[in-house]
Amino acid sequence: MAMKLMKGNHALAEAAVRAGCRFFGGYPITPQTEILEYLSARLPEVGGTFLQAESELGGVNMVYGAAAAGCRAMTSSSGPGFSLLQEGISYIASAELPAVFVDVQRYGSGLGDIFQAQSDYFTATRCGGHGDYKLLVYAPASVQESVDLTVLAFDKADQYRNPALILSDASIAQMMEPVELPEMREVDFDRPWAARGRHGGENKRISSTMYYIENFDSYIKAKYDDMVAGEQRWEAVRVEDADVVLVAYGISSRICKEAVMQARERGIRLGLLRPISLWPFPVKGFAEVNPEVKAYLAVELSALPRLEEDVRLAAGQRVPVESFLGGMNIPESSALVERAASLISASGTFQR
Amino acid sequence: MAEKRTPALLIEDNRYCPGCGHGIINRVLAEVLEEMGLAEEAVISLAVGCGGLMMYSFGTDWIQAPHGRAAAVATGFKRVRPKNCVIAYQGDGDALAIGFSETMYAAIRNENITAIIVNNGIYGMTGGQMAPTTLPGQKTATSPKGRDADTTGLPLDVIAFMKERKVGYLARGSLHSAREINRVKKYIRAAIENQMNGGGYALVEILSPCPTNWYMTPEAAMKHIENTVETVYPLGEFVKNGEKVDA
Repeated sequence: MAMKLMKGNHALAEAAVRAGCRFFGGYPITPQTEILEYLSARLPEVGGTFLQAESELGGVNMVYGAAAAGCRAMTSSSGPGFSLLQEGISYIASAELPAVFVDVQRYGSGLGDIFQAQSDYFTATRCGGHGDYKLLVYAPASVQESVDLTVLAFDKADQYRNPALILSDASIAQMMEPVELPEMREVDFDRPWAARGRHGGENKRISSTMYYIENFDSYIKAKYDDMVAGEQRWEAVRVEDADVVLVAYGISSRICKEAVMQARERGIRLGLLRPISLWPFPVKGFAEVNPEVKAYLAVELSALPRLEEDVRLAAGQRVPVESFLGGMNIPESSALVERAASLISASGTFQR
Repeated sequence: MAEKRTPALLIEDNRYCPGCGHGIINRVLAEVLEEMGLAEEAVISLAVGCGGLMMYSFGTDWIQAPHGRAAAVATGFKRVRPKNCVIAYQGDGDALAIGFSETMYAAIRNENITAIIVNNGIYGMTGGQMAPTTLPGQKTATSPKGRDADTTGLPLDVIAFMKERKVGYLARGSLHSAREINRVKKYIRAAIENQMNGGGYALVEILSPCPTNWYMTPEAAMKHIENTVETVYPLGEFVKNGEKVDA
């Protein structure tokens, strides 16, 4: 199939349509607005529904209603708007409905600013709403991956009847790259769990499934344990012999890839572990790393360490873990190489 | 002797307090849906609050909406399945305080759904706190000296907000007598017919007693609605077939 040059947000939106998404309810916020704009024209072409909501609260609850009807449904937002989606996400997860969310991350708490960042990591991976649930979280590092992971997110949301999240950022969303789009799919709305009027059968009750499921505590734990066991995704670059392994997702992983190449040219054994699923965190990927690795360096575009916590848990306290933080300032690959080199020289003094 | 008939849609005894209006409204709604042949097609977007208790006793498909968001949930559902009869069933706190935006925007979009808003002037489920609909001077759990209109505003008349918009049907009924209950049934039927004819947004607001939190007997609560509440909230049909009804 021919490649097409597309902006990240447009490609993601087209991928959603081709994955069978037929409902979008959302609200404008930079830097995700192109998703909304694109779908306002595109969804009606395929018989779908686009609704510009009065707020993110309105949008997420329209998605809840559409998902309850059996439709593949989605909304997208960014930072401040993502905060407003959390209530609805908790309800959708609690009712065990599939839906896909997109957070195109921007910098800062409060109003912040519209440039790229990775500071919503905790809201995404710890779950930002109330109660016991998790989201399947996917982090694209390219426009192509925005397409591929959006399709995957719809399929996995259906498989587990659980919301999935694409955690993108302003860079990936705004850049243009060549992409290959998937074939168009239609998904039947009449799924067995969907509300549609009882039609002679038992009435469908869309609500927290805790009301209906025996031994709910262990049931829901097992559901999320299955995801942890089966849904870890990562890319490993030169980690087998690495003295230092960078851990980074999304846009910062691309700087890290460049740093790995530069380091290797200088004879520095640097590797990269790139989480593609942020939840479940790809702990299994750490098994591919050189057992003699001297340090991990979590690289993320946020002022406070977030990813570093998961790297520490995965590294199991055997290996020092440090952070290379950014956000307002974007790290240069050369600075990452220097930091790696200093970690290696310092490692001689580590007592283990 | 008259045969006692209970609508089959009422699948269990309701869980409301004695003298609560929700039981009457559930009964009337069940009768209308069955008489119109819509029992198998109806999907209810349920509020959080006392109204949400109908999840146990009302036998249609339903979706438990987050507090205040029933109209947005109903919107998403109706857009995907336009043939179903979609009803947002809410109390006044749910629909008019935390959910005022979702409620109003469903009307502003002229969404083809039917909203039933049960106005008892307080938050029932949480124990009788002040609501947007509480009358001036009315004592509640959070207005112990009576609602002060100077600092908390006047009672909210949602139909006054909506009737200047392009909507399909607006009516307000009361439960204070058998005659008024029959009118409520007529309004609910009209509001659902409006939806099934593609007439756009329809709302029936119902003045309903809460003897428990009003600290009244069921009988006194009905008299209070007739003598006091109805002086603040006028009854009748305000918009029909998309046209304003002349007062």
